[in-house]
Amino acid sequence: MKSALINVPAKARRGEVIAIRTLISHAMESGFRFNSSGVLQPRDIITSFVATYNGEEIFRADLFPAISANPFITFHTVATESGTIEFTWTGDNGYSATQSAKITVE
Amino acid sequence: MNAICRSRTSRATAVAALLAALCVLASALAAEVPLAERRSGYEFMSRDTKAMQDEDTANPGMLWVLDGEALWGAKAGQANRACADCHGDAANSMKGVAARYPAFDAKRAGPLDLEGRINVCRSEQQKAPPFPFESKELLALTTFVARQSRGMPVESSDERLKPFIETGRQMFNRRQGQLNLACAQCHDDLWGQKLAGIPMPQAHPTGYPLYRLEWQTVGSLQRRLRNCLIGMRAETYAYGSPEYVALETFLMWRARGMPMEAPAVRP
Repeated sequence: MKSALINVPAKARRGEVIAIRTLISHAMESGFRFNSSGVLQPRDIITSFVATYNGEEIFRADLFPAISANPFITFHTVATESGTIEFTWTGDNGYSATQSAKITVE
Repeated sequence: MNAICRSRTSRATAVAALLAALCVLASALAAEVPLAERRSGYEFMSRDTKAMQDEDTANPGMLWVLDGEALWGAKAGQANRACADCHGDAANSMKGVAARYPAFDAKRAGPLDLEGRINVCRSEQQKAPPFPFESKELLALTTFVARQSRGMPVESSDERLKPFIETGRQMFNRRQGQLNLACAQCHDDLWGQKLAGIPMPQAHPTGYPLYRLEWQTVGSLQRRLRNCLIGMRAETYAYGSPEYVALETFLMWRARGMPMEAPAVRP
């Protein structure tokens, strides 16, 4: 189950600084833990997060094994024009998730 | 000689003081938290953790609600029926349901908690194998159902639950484990004080299933109770055992009237 929660204001004034919050469901298995039978659990984490605003990259983050499960990433950007903000998470074992949100700028 | 005498007297004074302190402690024991002084675990949290619970897009428990919503509409079992096929829109049919669970089940002549009810529904109505305890699916469905009662007061008025509340109360007040502790010692008598630097709450189960930062996942009330028993170095029960359900029934009665917060966030 890939689920994500996105919080982007639906409306903003041109030039306004807006807060964007994202939360995605992921176990972020660090690769350092052993299971109850003593077997090392292979690493399974999200390694990168990219946000684009009408196709232009506005935010990027690299994620590492010490980041907790269900990563919550929040950042700010300037509302420049109406359009779509798209979020992509990629990770180990071919993991990839995409979500988008619409924003109207007046 | 003089020095020995003095140290003996001071030791005797110390022992007397300790006994007096113990007497005070003993007289303070077994007092239930008065209704007006009850506080949710939420009030003992830091500002950041509170903000996390309050904002639906920051509350990781909402991810389980989303998954639960998908499961609610998914057909399952030999009956090929979804929860929604019988219960319809959960926003109406499940409103307030979690606030009155564990509820009395006539067929089993005892209380069933929400997880238990979902699994009974699954095996009897959907003809599907029950979900394992603490599985992602069971937690997701339970969280989704519990979410529909947010803000509603906990209800515990069924007369048939009385004997089970009593069993739960006895468990709550009984000393157990290698540390010889009762739940009541921390949660009735010493709430608000610190245990290993963390404030001890009153143990009101209004936010379950909840996202615990320590677990990095959503967990049930039974998992939390198991956690407490391990901390007391007492023996745990099997998931779904009548002992846990009785304790849950008592705790919900103890929290009667308090608003539901599921899915809550706790440190």
